[in-house]
Amino acid sequence: MITAAALGAMPYLVLGALLFSAGTFGLLTRRNPLVMFMCLELMLNAVNLSFVALARELGDLRGQVAVFFVMVVAAAEVVVGLGIIVSIFRRRPGATADDLSLLKG
Amino acid sequence: MLTQVTPVDTPAVEYSALLPVLLMLGGAVLLMTLGALLPRRRHTWWHATFTVFTALASAAAWWPLWFRARDDGALRVVADAYRVDGLTVLLGMVICAGVILTALLAHGYLRRERLEGPEPYVLLLLSAAGGQFMLGANDLLVLFIALEILSIAVYVLAGIHVRRARSGEAAFKYLILGALASAVLLYGIALVYGATGTTNLTGIQAFLSSNLLTNNLLLLAGVAMILGGLGFKVAAAPFHAWAPDVYEGSPSPVVAYMASGVKVAGFAALVRVFVVALSTYRTDWQPVVYVVAVLTLLVGSILSVQQTNVKRLLAYSSISHAGFMLVGIQAATSEGVQALAFYLATYTFTVAGSFGVATIVGRRGDNAHQLSDYQGLGKRAPLVAFAFLVFLLAQAGVPFTSGFLAKFYVLGAAVDARSFWLALVAMLSSVISAYAYLKVVLAMYGEDPDDDATGVTVPVGARIALVVSVAATLGFGLVPAPLTDTAHTAVASMVDPAPEQPAMAFPTGG
Repeated sequence: MITAAALGAMPYLVLGALLFSAGTFGLLTRRNPLVMFMCLELMLNAVNLSFVALARELGDLRGQVAVFFVMVVAAAEVVVGLGIIVSIFRRRPGATADDLSLLKG
Repeated sequence: MLTQVTPVDTPAVEYSALLPVLLMLGGAVLLMTLGALLPRRRHTWWHATFTVFTALASAAAWWPLWFRARDDGALRVVADAYRVDGLTVLLGMVICAGVILTALLAHGYLRRERLEGPEPYVLLLLSAAGGQFMLGANDLLVLFIALEILSIAVYVLAGIHVRRARSGEAAFKYLILGALASAVLLYGIALVYGATGTTNLTGIQAFLSSNLLTNNLLLLAGVAMILGGLGFKVAAAPFHAWAPDVYEGSPSPVVAYMASGVKVAGFAALVRVFVVALSTYRTDWQPVVYVVAVLTLLVGSILSVQQTNVKRLLAYSSISHAGFMLVGIQAATSEGVQALAFYLATYTFTVAGSFGVATIVGRRGDNAHQLSDYQGLGKRAPLVAFAFLVFLLAQAGVPFTSGFLAKFYVLGAAVDARSFWLALVAMLSSVISAYAYLKVVLAMYGEDPDDDATGVTVPVGARIALVVSVAATLGFGLVPAPLTDTAHTAVASMVDPAPEQPAMAFPTGG
C-alpha cells in the first residue's frame, strides 16, 4: 500500500505547479478584475504549498515560516489592488480589463 | 508532526546598519501622521521639503557605513539576512538622490494638477525604504519582501492622478503584471530553496560550490523564474511590455522614480543573486542573460525610433539602457559590476532629468507629450531645451557626458569577458536609439514654434532638479574619476575576506 510518506513531497509539488499554472492561465485570460485577483491569490497559495512541501521534505522550518510572510504580502497586495480597482471602476461600473485601452502604441 | 520543539534563538539586530532604511520608513510614517493632524492648506512647501530632508538624512546615515564597509568588509546584519557592503551604500545614496529629484519634480507637478497632499511623498519614501532594503538583501525572502515594499507603493503612485483615466489604467496594468512577476519570482525562490535547502544567498553560494547536484532541474527552473521576476522589474525584454504603457500613463515625476529608483534596486538584486550567489553556475545562466540582453537592447532601441510620444520614446530608451546594464551583469566579473554601478549612478540623474523636462512640457493635464508639443522648445524655453539636449546626448552616449563613459565601461567589461558579439550588438543599438533622440532634438531646435504656443513655466523645485541633473550628467562625464574610484572600492568590499574561498565571489574574466 502506498502511503503519503513514501511518495515524499512530489505529489504536493506537482499539485502546486498545477495550481500555479491554473492561476497564471486565469490571470492572463480572464477579464474581470476581481477574478484576476482571485487567480493571483491562487498563484501565491500554490507557492505556499510548494514551500511547505519542500520544508517538510528538507526537515527545515524556514520554508514554513516563509508562508507567513507570503500571506502578509498577498494581503497587502490585495488591499492596494482593490483600492486601485475601486478608484478606476467607480466611474465606470461593469467595466472589464478590456475597457482599459487608452495606452497603446 | 514536527520533529522537536527547540527554543528559538533570535539573532541580534544591529540597528546602526539599518539606520538609513529606518530613517526612510520613520520619515514616511511621521509625514503621514503630521499630514493627517495638521490642517490641509493649499500651496504648502513642507511635504516636499520634509521628503528631501528625510532622503538627505538617509544619505547621511549611509555615510559612516561606507567607511565601515570599506575598512572591515561587508557588515552582516540580522543573521546575514541583510548585508551592508560598498555596493549597498553607493546605490543606497543613488536611491536617495532619485527620491530627492522626484520630490522636487513632484512638488510643482502636484500643485499644477491640484493633487496636493502628503500621500505621494509618503508612498515615495516607503518605496525608497523598500528599495534600500532590497540593495542589501542577502536572503531570498528578504529580497522578496523588500521588492514588495518597493513595488506596492509604486503601484499606488502610478495611479495617484485620480482624475486622469490614463493614470488609473497605468496603475492597474502595473499592478496586475507586477503581481504576476512577483508570484513568478516567489515560485522561483521556492524552487531554489527546495534545491539548495536554504534561502540565504551566502548559504546558496556555499552549497553550490561544495555540492554537485545530480539533478539540477529544480534549481535551473527556479533560477529562470527568478530571472523572469527580476527582469520584469528592470523592464528587460521579453518582460518589458508593461513599461511603455505604464511610463506613458503614470504621472511624469513618478516615472522619473520608476526609471531610477526601481531600476537601481532591481539590478542590485540581480547582482546579488546571479553574479555573487550563483557564481558557480555562471556557465548556465550567462547564455540566458546574453539572450535577454540582446533582446532588450534591440527591442528598446528599434521600437523607440517609431514613437511619436516622448514619454513612450523615453520608456523604450530606458528599456535599451536596461539592456546595457544587463551587459554588465552578463560579464559576471567585478569590472562588470563596477561598470553597472557607474551606469546606475549616472543614469539616475539623466533619466530623472529627462522625465523632469517631460513633467514641465506636459502642461496641466500631463498630456502634452507628443513630439509636436516639443516643437520650437529651443526658442520658447531655451534653458529647458538645453537641459533636455544634455540628457538626450548623454543617453545617446555622446562623449563628455556621463552616458558615454557609462556605456564605455560596460562595453569594456563585456570585451574583457570575451562577449564580443554582445558588445557589438550594444553599440549597434546605441546608434539606432541615437536616431530616436535626434528626432526629439530636431523637433526642439529645427522647427519654429506654433503661433499659439506659449512658453513653459518651470517651478522652483523642478528648476533645482534640472540644474542638479545637468550638473551631474556633465560633471560625471568630464570628471568621472571620483565615481569610478567609489565604484571600484564599493565592489572590492563585496568580496568576503574569508580565507577558505578566496575570490569565489568574483572570478575575473578573460
